[in-house]
Amino acid sequence: MSEWFARNRAMAILGLVVLVLAYAYYFADKTTALSMYRYSWSYAVPLVLCAMVGVIGERSGVVNIGIEGQLLVAAFAGFFGAAYSGSIIVGILAGVGCGLIMGGFLAWTTVKWRMDQIIAGVVLNIVATGITSFYYKPGQLLPSLMPHVNIPGLSSIPLIGEVFFKGTGVIALAAIVIAIGVHLALFRTKWGLRTRAIGEYPSAADTAGINVIRMRLINVTMAGALAGLAGVYLSMDSTSSFERGMSAGRGFLALAIMIFGAWRPLRAAAAALFFGFVTAAASQLQADKVIDVAPQLVGTLPYVMTLVVLAVAAGKVRAPGAVGQPFIKEGQ
Amino acid sequence: MSRIGRLPIDIPSDVTISVDGQDVAVKGPKGELALTVSRPIEVKIEEGQVVVSRPDDERESRSLHGLTRTLIKTTPLVLTGLAVVLPLRVGLFNIGGQGQFVISAAMAGWAAYATRETGFLALIIAIVVGLLTGAIWASIAGLLKTSRGVHEVISTIMLNNIALGIIWWMVTTGPAVHKNTSQIPMTGPLDEAAYMPVIAGIPLGFVIAVLLALACSWMLTRTTMGFRFDTVGKNKFAAGYAGIPIARVILMAMAFAGALAGLAGAMEVTGTMHHFEPAIGGTLGFDGITIALLARSNPIWTIPAAFLVGILRTGAAGLQFATGIAPEIVDLLLALILLFVSIPVLGKWIFRSRADKVEASSTSWGN
Repeated sequence: MSEWFARNRAMAILGLVVLVLAYAYYFADKTTALSMYRYSWSYAVPLVLCAMVGVIGERSGVVNIGIEGQLLVAAFAGFFGAAYSGSIIVGILAGVGCGLIMGGFLAWTTVKWRMDQIIAGVVLNIVATGITSFYYKPGQLLPSLMPHVNIPGLSSIPLIGEVFFKGTGVIALAAIVIAIGVHLALFRTKWGLRTRAIGEYPSAADTAGINVIRMRLINVTMAGALAGLAGVYLSMDSTSSFERGMSAGRGFLALAIMIFGAWRPLRAAAAALFFGFVTAAASQLQADKVIDVAPQLVGTLPYVMTLVVLAVAAGKVRAPGAVGQPFIKEGQ
Repeated sequence: MSRIGRLPIDIPSDVTISVDGQDVAVKGPKGELALTVSRPIEVKIEEGQVVVSRPDDERESRSLHGLTRTLIKTTPLVLTGLAVVLPLRVGLFNIGGQGQFVISAAMAGWAAYATRETGFLALIIAIVVGLLTGAIWASIAGLLKTSRGVHEVISTIMLNNIALGIIWWMVTTGPAVHKNTSQIPMTGPLDEAAYMPVIAGIPLGFVIAVLLALACSWMLTRTTMGFRFDTVGKNKFAAGYAGIPIARVILMAMAFAGALAGLAGAMEVTGTMHHFEPAIGGTLGFDGITIALLARSNPIWTIPAAFLVGILRTGAAGLQFATGIAPEIVDLLLALILLFVSIPVLGKWIFRSRADKVEASSTSWGN
């Protein structure tokens, strides 16, 4: 514990300060604080999941610009899958399945065919916009709402319990588990060590007997399922409707969050929460008429913040060594 | 022959249309629209249908009917294609063509409306404003890249979204708002003297776009600056050791690219729409990416590539009209084209003997 604290001193102190401030505001103005924190978390859920997609991809050496497209198609498939079949479960499966398929497409074209990773992602995004607008039908309804649950015990903790464990959707709960799970898997398991190796120095990993190509294929494909889950959350939990282009840049935002989080899952999750909070604060100030800015300009805030955050963070963190480059086994 | 042009338009029961010479006014439950049709084209109402016809089969009116539309559509595509080609040559992937295009169009439309009293001068003002706005907007991404190392793909995508917010604000509650009868927020209409002229059926904008493509090609292959662009793009480290100011080259490439996309925006306002509205040009900026990759980052080849995309985009409207197929099918088609031109393995299968020549344009992520 003390060793961990020594290594993460700045982060731990920052986290503590944020927690104290959050509780101070919570006890000062319970209703406003709670609604703001809830909004922050619901904004952050798809970002956390998508940031994990980015982290897994780039740690294995593959840039995924196509998260945006995966998110959009999954939101579309989830919503219409549920609307036509009359079952929420079918919707979730359809969304996650579409995420997997698109992840598999990206993996195959970039790893097997060595297509430029950024162009492959751009193709994915164009296809997603085209397909979801082409087959879009207005006036559909979800058969039922997503199940929301209270976790006994945890939900009675003031603030943290009320935001994360009281009446939250299953996907939001899954996002917490997934963020912690990806962190542990990446830094505490054999899979994680190998994944980091193929993203950092693939030829060394290859010499050590790791099948770089197969591992990249599997990682990028499986990560797609998380993007699928995020898409399902967008169209079936946070809004319960599908609109054209509803991903609204969240996939790209997730990449910025990943960089801000220095390619580490838990830091990225914290960064996503921070983004959620700033957005919530802006709309709260707007609603209270504290600031008088046109809503269209307030809407650009997440993007402006991404630029500012990247300008501050980009020079200080380091990307995995082999990210963006296809692996070509020697002698082939 | 333009089959799209000959198709009569059914008038729905709750819509009234009145024709007064070249002015057509449409009134329906969702608002009103007014349009002034170019001179030789005739619009008539016959048995509940609107019929558009040309008075004769003379060359000029025929070309006005069909080809002009495609050329007008092609013009901004050549420019937004070039806006991706130039940065690609220095190893940058400019996804921000769309943002540079729309924000320049908005500023140009606003400036041209504000100076509408000055007649022809307003056209010049619109173009200068468009060029400058685009160059400045793209330079933000260039500066972030050179000074802070922010990857241009992320920053230009963010700038696209920010531009979208700004233009909507400009025409709804911002400075460029113009009260009119239609429900679509837009800037005020331009004076006719400030329209981009069409000479003998060929839009002047198209001529300018083609000349600029040639100029870019000349710059890249025949000048010191072009040599610097290519050297930085092919090997940044070698360029650095050779004393080429890399940051300045990157900034210049982005500023030029932005200016080209901005010019496209100004031309779309002065040549096609004659006012600015947020939906201007649809996805012209994003199509630039497809065009640049299709042209394998060669400026000259952007012309036929843009023409192809222009035909597809023009045809999409007619397709929906005749068969009811949604125009988004063109997006899918373009994505497939993009996919097939950028898989290097596929290129090697098809052009076995020229395997080394068909390597797709490569973009960089790490630095």
